[in-house]
Amino acid sequence: MRILYFSWVRQKVGTAEEAVALPADIATVATLIDWLKSRGPGYEAAFENLKLIRAAIDQTHAELDASIAGADEIAFFPPVTGG
Amino acid sequence: MIRVQTQDFDIGAEIAALTSGRTDIGAVVTFTGLVRDVTLELEHYPAMTERELERIEAEAHERWMLQASLVIHRVGKLSPGDNIVLVVTASAHRGDAFQAAEFLMDYLKTRAPFWKREGEKWVEARESDDEAAKRWSKKSG
Repeated sequence: MRILYFSWVRQKVGTAEEAVALPADIATVATLIDWLKSRGPGYEAAFENLKLIRAAIDQTHAELDASIAGADEIAFFPPVTGG
Repeated sequence: MIRVQTQDFDIGAEIAALTSGRTDIGAVVTFTGLVRDVTLELEHYPAMTERELERIEAEAHERWMLQASLVIHRVGKLSPGDNIVLVVTASAHRGDAFQAAEFLMDYLKTRAPFWKREGEKWVEARESDDEAAKRWSKKSG
């Protein structure tokens, strides 16, 4: 699975994109975040306040409790500020 | 129609292109967003930006009688006074075009994956934008 990070989430994690092989018990966006946080202090800092984290599954906005089964690309980013 | 681009846009030319050869359009509403005071750098999520803007545009066409619409959003480095976003809606009568333009901007601001940076500082999302978008939520019953 491909994971993408944008804006300050990208800066804190330290990479824009990575491919990960997930353990079988990672079923939702929230459990994926928990797993990512265990990977290092950058991830820990990026996902410290989940109120500021938005997620997309295969380029579609998703809630934290959404299932990631079958997904190819998950993205994490702060609330958007375009316009 | 959706466009994400680094270059500027010409509002007059865009309206002309949208209405050219059409006799069914009685109203054109445009909204232009400009960069205020600061130098901005815009990052986006290319694969999602286009899809999300298309979804938002499709929803506008479902809700209002629109003859045509156009959304242009710029990315990259922008200076004070630069154009940043353009929304054009065209309808037979003005009501639909006015409302759809406001809806498109409200949804774009809260759903399209763009992020503004001012120097080293990321611009924070505003609650007032969320509130503005909420008024379009479909009411039940």
